[in-house]
Amino acid sequence: MTVNELIIDHITKRYRRKTVINEVSFNLAPGKIYGLLGRNGAGKSTLLNIITNRVFPTSGMVTMGPQNINNNDAALGKMYLMSEVNMYQKSTKVKRMLADADSFYGKFDFENARRMLKQFGIDEGARFSNLSTGQKTATKITIALNVNAQYIFLDEPTLGLDVNYREAFYREMLRTYSEKPRTFVLSTHLISEVQQLVEDVLILHDGNIVINEPVEHLLERSYLITGPIKLVDEYTAGLKVNDTQTIGNLKEAAIIGELDDMRPIPDQVQIKRLDLQRVFTALTNKGGE
Amino acid sequence: MNFEFDQSSPLYQQLANQLAEMIFTGVYQEGEQVPSTTQLSASLNINPATVLKGMNQLVALGLLEKRRGRGMFVTSGARKKLATKHRDDFYHNYVVAMVIEAKKLDISEEYLQELIKRGYQDDSQ
Repeated sequence: MTVNELIIDHITKRYRRKTVINEVSFNLAPGKIYGLLGRNGAGKSTLLNIITNRVFPTSGMVTMGPQNINNNDAALGKMYLMSEVNMYQKSTKVKRMLADADSFYGKFDFENARRMLKQFGIDEGARFSNLSTGQKTATKITIALNVNAQYIFLDEPTLGLDVNYREAFYREMLRTYSEKPRTFVLSTHLISEVQQLVEDVLILHDGNIVINEPVEHLLERSYLITGPIKLVDEYTAGLKVNDTQTIGNLKEAAIIGELDDMRPIPDQVQIKRLDLQRVFTALTNKGGE
Repeated sequence: MNFEFDQSSPLYQQLANQLAEMIFTGVYQEGEQVPSTTQLSASLNINPATVLKGMNQLVALGLLEKRRGRGMFVTSGARKKLATKHRDDFYHNYVVAMVIEAKKLDISEEYLQELIKRGYQDDSQ
């Protein structure tokens, strides 16, 4: 089966006067793991709901290859969204949820799903509503990782999961991805945990996609310059500084961009790399850009 | 397997370096199979594309070879290659760095040579 790129084309979403998503455009390639990062209220869930045709955009469109996904069953059948919202009836059993995923998408991987449920300590016969928060999430993850879709969107997939379950989830996702490469889009707050997991990162801030590139590239151009205030200011003069912190007379300046290679680095000034979480906060702090 | 990662350099590079080190110290012997991309990816929680990039670097250096349908194996002669590389690196990583530090501390060339001699005679190592 050939899978087309998913094209998010100038999507805007307004609720009354408030613009939640502002002219956002990007592509999602088949067979890649993406991280979708953004602060609370940045519009991550809205964006995922628009891509999967659950919410209509105010303007713009989403296409899979040449086809608009709006009301397009063939395209929508290739996308699965695991969201925080639980749409199941109270009495629904876990077993039934797996069967539903099979009837909607076909070729559900029951064998792997049962193995995962066992690992999470979840009984197939249990009612979904009787499960703990963590078990509910684990059940939804199990379905998302075994459903037959080419684009899988995971909106806060680790809600209520303890560290052991989260690690099990990351491992299972990489395993199924290695076996059957398809696209996963992870929206999460646990940035440090997904830094090594995702290939590309999308950062949504104030309704705009401010970063869209491989994690590796982003980290290669992210620097933390530390030293006495005066020297750090001299070294970073004229450069675009994204975030600063001062502790006594020491200063830290985070720069996501290019440094000036011609400038000599004073002995007391250190240049280090940032991790993804620090890059994220530098880009999304108020006052920063 | 004991991998440790930090922010000092790209992840694939650190992975490649640490795998190379394991080959050098004999964790993986010449002719022996190394874990697959899938295995490393799942056990280290690292994106398979990153793991593959690291592995391919070792293939390019002639330390690993793909055997069709079977996986990745340590080449014969890998350890010798690594030993040569380590000696080259030794000059850059230790000797050059030491001279720079010595100059900062106003240590003369003669005194530095004396210190190296003392280092060789030190029984505590």
